[in-house]
Amino acid sequence: MGNVIGGLLTSHVPGIGGAIARGVEKDPYWAPFFDGFDPVHDWLAEAKPDVAVVFYNDHGLNFFLDKMPTFAVGAAASYRNADEGWGLPVQREIQGDTALSWHIIEQLVADEFDVTTCQSMLVDHAVVVPFQLCWPGGNAWPVRLVPIALNTVQHPLPSPKRCLAMGCAVGRALERWQGPERIMVMGTGGLSHQLDGQRAGFINQTYDRFCMDNIVHDPDALTRISALDIIEEAGSQGVEIINWIAARGALGEGVTERSRNYHIPISNTAAATMLLTKEPAEAMAA
Amino acid sequence: MSAMGSIDAAARAAKRTIPGTSIFDGEAAARGYALNAMCYSFNNAENRAAFLADEDGYCSKFGLTDEQRAAVRARNVLQMIEAGGNVYYLAKLAGIFGLNVQDLGAQQTGMTVEEFKAMLLAAAHQTGEA
Repeated sequence: MGNVIGGLLTSHVPGIGGAIARGVEKDPYWAPFFDGFDPVHDWLAEAKPDVAVVFYNDHGLNFFLDKMPTFAVGAAASYRNADEGWGLPVQREIQGDTALSWHIIEQLVADEFDVTTCQSMLVDHAVVVPFQLCWPGGNAWPVRLVPIALNTVQHPLPSPKRCLAMGCAVGRALERWQGPERIMVMGTGGLSHQLDGQRAGFINQTYDRFCMDNIVHDPDALTRISALDIIEEAGSQGVEIINWIAARGALGEGVTERSRNYHIPISNTAAATMLLTKEPAEAMAA
Repeated sequence: MSAMGSIDAAARAAKRTIPGTSIFDGEAAARGYALNAMCYSFNNAENRAAFLADEDGYCSKFGLTDEQRAAVRARNVLQMIEAGGNVYYLAKLAGIFGLNVQDLGAQQTGMTVEEFKAMLLAAAHQTGEA
C-alpha cells in the first residue's frame, strides 16, 4: 500500500549552503555540482512527493556527546534549523509528519531496531542543504519530514550491514503505511572526504565509484567491510556513506538509477548526487 | 573484514590505526569531553562573543585540561585532536576565527591554503588507489 516513489542520495557539504547564500551556483567552481540537480528538479516536479524520509548524520547541532544515539528517529510536529557556529543562514523550519514517524518507530522496534525517539529535534546542514538543493528559492518546503539520524561521530559506529538492515526495516514500514502520501527517501553525506588529521583532504575516487556502481543493484557489496574499513577507504567523514546505504535499504526492490553526478572537489569533498526512482506504479502511468 | 566474534576482537578493531587519522572512540570522547563541550557551546552567538571577550575565563568555565588549553591558545588543530577534540565540534571554534575546513586542512597537512586547494583539485585527475 505504501507509496515510495524514489530517492535522492547527495552530498551535504555546508559550503553548498554558503554558495546558495552568495548566489554563486553558476560560478565555474560550483556549477559542475549544482548542474547535477537539473534532473532531480525535473523528477520532483513530476513526482511531487509529500514526505521525505531523510537518513543523515548530525554534526553537533542537535546531539552532543552527553547523549549520542546510534539511530534516532524524529517524531516532532516540526523541525527547526539553527546556528551551527560558522555563519550559514538559518533555514525555515520543516513540517514533520508525526503519524508516519510513529508508524516507522513502531515498526522498527517491532523489527528489533531499538531506536531513540525525538519529539524535539534540530536539523543541521545535513538535512537543510539537500532540501535547499531540491527546492531552491526559499519558499515554504513542499514536503514534510521524517528525519532518521545515524551516529557517524563517536565510535563504535553502526556497521554498514546494520545500517542497510535498518534501512530495509524502514522500507518495510513504508510498504505497510496505509496513507496516501507519496514518499521519497534521502540519504545525505559523503562521498570520500576527511577533515581532520594529517590525512585531511583525502579523496578516493576508486572507492567512490565502487559505491556508486553497486549501491543500486548490489548494496550488500558496500556492507562487506566495517565502518573502520570505510574510514580507511573513504576518509573519516566519508563514512557518511552509511546514510546512503540505509536510504538504499529503505527504497526496497525495483530501483532504477535515473541520474548520477560526481565532481571533485566541493570544499574538501568528492561530491556526488544520485537520483534513484522506483519502477512506475500504475498510479503514475495513469 | 572478518566477523567480530568477541568483545576482545571488537576492542582491538577499535584500536586499529589508520595513517594520518585518529579514531574518535570512547576513550577519545571521554578525554576530549571538556574541549568538545566548549566547542558545542559555540552554536550560540552569545557564547562565541563571550569566548572572544575573555578566552581564559571561558575556557576555565568548561574545565579544559592544560593540554586542551594550550592547544586552543596555539590555535593548533592537530594538538586539539590529540587532546580529544572532534573536528565536528572544533569546526565551530574555527568558525569564530573565520577559518573554514580548507584552512584547517592546510594547517594540519603543513601546506599553504593554496597548496591544499590545489591538492583537492588534483584529486579530480587521479584514478585513485583503493
